[in-house]
Amino acid sequence: MEYTILILLLPFLSFILIGLLGTRLRPVVAGAAGTAVTGLVAVLSYWTAFSYFAAGRDASGVFPTQMPWNFEWLPFGGSLQIDMGILLDPISVMMLVVISTVSFMVHIYSFGYMKGERGFQRYYAFLSLFTMSMLGLVVATNIFQMYVFWELVGVSSYLLIGFYYTKPEAVSASKKAFIVTRFADLGFLVGILVYGFYTGTFSFSPDAPALGAAKTVLPLALGLMFIGGAGKSAMFPLHIWLPDAMEGPTPVSALIHAATMVVAGVYLVARMFPLFIGYAPDVLHVIAYVGAFTALYAATVACVQTDIKRVLAFSTISQIGFMMVALGVCTSSDPHAGGLGYMASMFHLFTHAMFKALLFLGAGCIIHAVHSNEMSAMGGLRKYMPVTHITFLVACLAIAGIWPLSGFFSKDEILAACFGFSPVMGWVMTAIAGLTAFYMFRLYYNIFWGKENRELHTAHTPHEAPKTMTVPLIFLAAVTLAAGWIPFGEFVSSNGQAYHIHIDWSVAAVSLCVAVAGIALATWMYFREDRKVADSLAEKFSGLHKAAYHRFYIDEIYQFITHRIIFACISTPVAWFDRHIVDGFMNMLAKGTECSSWAIRYIQSGNIQKYCIWFLGGVLCLAVILLLVF
Amino acid sequence: MIPMEYYLVVSTIMMFVGVYGFLTRRNLLAMLISVELILNSVDINFVVFNRFLFPGQLEGFFFSLFAIGISAAETAVAIAIIINIYRNIRNIQVKNLDKMKW
Repeated sequence: MEYTILILLLPFLSFILIGLLGTRLRPVVAGAAGTAVTGLVAVLSYWTAFSYFAAGRDASGVFPTQMPWNFEWLPFGGSLQIDMGILLDPISVMMLVVISTVSFMVHIYSFGYMKGERGFQRYYAFLSLFTMSMLGLVVATNIFQMYVFWELVGVSSYLLIGFYYTKPEAVSASKKAFIVTRFADLGFLVGILVYGFYTGTFSFSPDAPALGAAKTVLPLALGLMFIGGAGKSAMFPLHIWLPDAMEGPTPVSALIHAATMVVAGVYLVARMFPLFIGYAPDVLHVIAYVGAFTALYAATVACVQTDIKRVLAFSTISQIGFMMVALGVCTSSDPHAGGLGYMASMFHLFTHAMFKALLFLGAGCIIHAVHSNEMSAMGGLRKYMPVTHITFLVACLAIAGIWPLSGFFSKDEILAACFGFSPVMGWVMTAIAGLTAFYMFRLYYNIFWGKENRELHTAHTPHEAPKTMTVPLIFLAAVTLAAGWIPFGEFVSSNGQAYHIHIDWSVAAVSLCVAVAGIALATWMYFREDRKVADSLAEKFSGLHKAAYHRFYIDEIYQFITHRIIFACISTPVAWFDRHIVDGFMNMLAKGTECSSWAIRYIQSGNIQKYCIWFLGGVLCLAVILLLVF
Repeated sequence: MIPMEYYLVVSTIMMFVGVYGFLTRRNLLAMLISVELILNSVDINFVVFNRFLFPGQLEGFFFSLFAIGISAAETAVAIAIIINIYRNIRNIQVKNLDKMKW
C-alpha cells in the first residue's frame, strides 16, 4: 500500500505548482490541474479503500491497522519522538473516501461557481492545500502529526474564508475563525503535551504499562484534547466562528465548513475512542452533554435565521452535535452492549458529509441565480431551477431522516444509541431531530415555494446553474439516496468486529413520526404565499424570536468579555506597564547616552591635528607610566 | 668612527621636528613633508641599529629600503588626495577641512 503516499503528495504538488505559477497560468488550466489531481486522489482513495477492505479481517476478526509509511521526524530525548506517516484503519480509510469525494465534487463545482472571479488560481491552490492537509490529518499515525495537519487545515480554512479579501466582513470572519480555533487548539496542544509527558509516546495506542502509569492524568489530557476538537467542530460555546465563516465562497463552505474540516473534532474523539472508553468514560459523557446542548441550541437558532447559508451553518453545528452525542453515549467498546454510538457517529459523519455538501452546493446554485443569501430574495424558485430543486429536496429529506434516504439510517442508529444510554437523552435527541426536519423544510419552502420575490425575479430572471455545477449535485444526490444501504457496521465499529446493522423499528417509527410532524408543521406554516401562522407566532413570541435571531447573544457576550473585561481590565494596564515602565527604562538609557554624546561632541572637532595631539599625549603618558613602573 | 648615539640624536631630532611640524602646520603639504621627516628618522634608526648592533645581517637595510618604497607610494596617494581636495574647495588649509564633521 506504499502508493498511499501519493494521496498526500499529489495535492501538495498541485498546491505548490498552482500557487507558484499563480496568474501565469490561465484560470482554466489551474482549475483543470487542481481538479485532475483531486480526481486522481479520489481514485487512489477508492482503490485504497477497496484493497484495504478486500484484504479481509485477521484472525481476531478485525481489519488490521496498517502503516505503509512511518518515519521518525523529530526525535526527542528518551523514547519520545514525533513520527510522520500514514495509518490505515477502517475510520481513516472511510475518511479518505469522504474527503476525496467531496473535494473532487467541489473542485468540479467551483469551475462554474467561481468562473471569472479574480484570484481563480489562488482559489484552486488553497483548495489543494486544504485537501492535502485534511487527508494528512485523517491518516496521521500519531497525535502530534494530527496536530500539525490540524493546524494546516485551520490555515487553509482561514485563507479560504478570507478569499474575498477586499470585503471587510470576510476578513474579520477569517480572523475570527482563526483566533477562535487557535484558542481552542491551545487546549489541544496542552492535552497532547500532558499525554506525551505521562505516557512517553505520542502514538494513539500506547502499550499497557505506559497507560497504567498515566492513568490518573489521562482524563485531563483527553478532556483538553476535546477542547481542541470542540473548537474545530464548533461545539457550544466555541461555535461562534462557523456562522461567520459563511462569508467564504459557497463551495468552500460545502467542503470545509460542512463536510470535512468541522468533523475533525468528531474524528479526533473517535480516534482516541479506545482511551476514552477505557480510562475516561466520564469525559466521554461530558462530551455527550456538550454535544446534545449544542445540537439543541443550534437547531433553535436555525429555525429563525433568514440567511440561507447561516441556516445551513447552524444545521451543521447541530448535526455535529449529534455525532458528538453518539460518541459520548458509548459505555463500552462492544457495539452490542453500549458501544453502538461509535459506529452510528461515523456513519452519520459519512452520510452527513454527502448530504450537507449537497445542501451547500445547492445553496450555491441558488445564490448564483439570485445574487443574494437572503430568503426574501427567493421563493418560488422551483420553476426556474428544477435540478437544484430536486437535489435540494433529496438532501432535505435525508437530513430530516426520511426512509429510505441515508440520513434516516445513520440518525436512527444515533437515536438507538441515545435510548440505550438513557431515555431522557433519547427523547431529547428525537425532539432535536424533529426540529431539524422543521427548520430544513422551512428553508426549503422559503427558497422553492412560498412567496416569490417577483420584483427581483422579473428584473433578473433566475436561471438553472451550468452543467459543471449541476453534475456534482446529481452525483451527491445519488450518493445520498444510496448511502443508507451501505452495511456500514461491517466496516467500522467500536471494537473492529463486524456489526450487522439492524433497524430498531420502535425507535425508527418514533423518529419518522417526529420528522414527518416537523415537515408537516413547516408545510403548514411556510408552504403558502401568506405566512400568517409564522408571522403571528414570531409576533407572539417576539422576545424569543429576536433572541434566537441574534443567536441568543452569544457573540455579544464574547464581545463583552473580551472588550469590557479582558481588554479593559487586563490588557490596558499591562499595555500601560509595557509602554511606560519597560519601554520607559530602555528609553531612559537611550536618552542618557544621547545627552552625554551631545555634551562631549565638541571633542570631535574633525581636525586631524587635534586628534594627533590627544594621541601623542596619550602615548607620552603611557610611556611615562611604563618607565616609572618598570 | 662616529658613535651610534650621534646618529640616534639626529634621528630623534628629525622625528620630533616632524611631529612638531605635523601638529603645528596648517598646510596639508607641510604636514605631508613632516610625515616624511618622521618616516626618514625611522629609516635612519633601522640602518643604524643594523650597522652597529647586528653587523653581519641585512634585515635593517632591507627594511629601510622597503619603508622608503612604501613611503614613496604613500606620498603619491597623499598628493593625489590633496590635489582632489584642492579641486573641491580651492584650498589646502587644514582648518577648512572640517566640512565633513557632523
